[in-house]
Amino acid sequence: MKNYLIVGNGIAAAGCVEGIRSVDPDGAITVVSEEKHHVYSRPLISYYLEGKTDLERMKYRGDSFYEENGCRVIFGVRAIAADPVLKQVTLEDGTALPYDALCVAAGSRPFVPPFEGLEEIKNRFSFMTLDDALALEAAVKKNSRVLIVGAGLIGLKCAEGLRDRAGSIVVCDLADRVLSSILDPDCAAVVQKHLENNGIEFMVGDTAVKFTADSRGGGAALMKSGRTVDFDVLVTAVGVRANSGLVKDMGGSVNRGAVVNTRMETNVPSVYAAGDCAEGYDASLGANRVLAILPNAYMQGHAAGVNMAGGSAELANSFPINSVGFFGLHIMTAGAYDGEMTEESRDGSVRRFFVKDGLLRGFILIGSTERAGIYTSLIREKTPLASVDFGLIKNSASNVAFSPDERRKKFGGVV
Amino acid sequence: MKRVYVNEEWCLGCHLCEYNCAFANSGMKDMAFALKDKKIFPRIHVEGDDKITFAVSCRHCEDPICVKSCIAGAISKKDGVVKIDRSKCVGCLTCVLVCPYGALAPGEDGIMQKCELCLENSCGEPACVKGCPNHAIVYEERSDQA
Repeated sequence: MKNYLIVGNGIAAAGCVEGIRSVDPDGAITVVSEEKHHVYSRPLISYYLEGKTDLERMKYRGDSFYEENGCRVIFGVRAIAADPVLKQVTLEDGTALPYDALCVAAGSRPFVPPFEGLEEIKNRFSFMTLDDALALEAAVKKNSRVLIVGAGLIGLKCAEGLRDRAGSIVVCDLADRVLSSILDPDCAAVVQKHLENNGIEFMVGDTAVKFTADSRGGGAALMKSGRTVDFDVLVTAVGVRANSGLVKDMGGSVNRGAVVNTRMETNVPSVYAAGDCAEGYDASLGANRVLAILPNAYMQGHAAGVNMAGGSAELANSFPINSVGFFGLHIMTAGAYDGEMTEESRDGSVRRFFVKDGLLRGFILIGSTERAGIYTSLIREKTPLASVDFGLIKNSASNVAFSPDERRKKFGGVV
Repeated sequence: MKRVYVNEEWCLGCHLCEYNCAFANSGMKDMAFALKDKKIFPRIHVEGDDKITFAVSCRHCEDPICVKSCIAGAISKKDGVVKIDRSKCVGCLTCVLVCPYGALAPGEDGIMQKCELCLENSCGEPACVKGCPNHAIVYEERSDQA
């Protein structure tokens, strides 16, 4: 009987468990969970603060998940070392866990730049984990002034989650716009305006350089621009770092994350990596990169699990996708913003498509997002745009754009 | 397993499937009371132009990408049917972004809903198929690509 070890208990780990079990119903699976929680969906922590979900519904899989899949879970302990020769992982309590196949699915951790005075701020939080959300829930009062450093997805979802709980929210970012990793300047301006209309204040192109603590746990941030922002609660959401240390310890190749091939194998025998700690192949880039999005975590974990159990799974066609809403405005992005941009924007909705060599390479949709998966599939399948009526569906995604034969395959057959 | 298939040559574009779907999933006994003067949110949608029309609903894929992509773990596949637990859905629309068939749309409340083949509602079999006047939508077993 094979001995599987998974370090991490997030979405990639859940995918890994299900991947293993799709091939091997009998092997022993051990899951090492640093957090003391049943597997839950991290992107839901902002929805938790908004009151749109609760601790029960945030569970990614049901209560019987581990039992049904024959998993032994060790909660509340960190894996601190790994030995590829002995094939074992050591936990911080000294326990040594042997493995035949190991998946490192340890996620990422917040990166907090060394701002002067930051350590003195008592009401200082990150926004990555359920415990972060619970701590914020306790700290933020009706009249709290909240300063969020970082206008990326994490910072903005935090702002949305806290809006109705706090007195005021200011978000600052060194970048000149919000969501700079997924939106171009025009699109970012649309989203920022919408957030401002919903009570969030922004300071873009500006960031804190120094913090001074007050006696109530809050303090003041001196900004690069010379302005001062007083706050009661501070959230740092500047960026994340992959938890790829175990792979590095074993002599594995690590860049921004543990480098894996399309089978999720690291260059250490029998060691796999998946999710936010892994740097896998991004087809839109033609190179490896950390694709820190939830669907990718599941798929990488699942592929790793299948391969660990002796099956065969490959992920050669991953690319970034994001679907995110703020105060009712939906934003969808996919692929690379590469090639010629063609735009069909109207009535406050934005539709931008990026076309190169006759292929759809990426898109940004704001506001109207119906059937957007049809666009995503054009990227995924590398469908020559000459074979579909792209002019027609730029306005509105529809299966009318495909040939009758193609539609017969899609809607008349088993897919 | 049996799935819903579309013969677009036979589709009249009458949209009856949308109304039958909305009614079957309304939980109400009277169709007029359930639908009259209301914007409907069916789980099947007629697409088309001036030449062709056809109805699109969930394909219940062999390897559904929506299940793997759902950030809430709200979509699952059991006994061949792809289902959504609406109590877990937060309306992020990631499933809309990944479904290659454009088969998914949110309900009136912004929370996702989807075709579950009417197996658990009052109809007991796909209402879109049952009510299609021209047999343009069928519910049957097909083994491979048509």
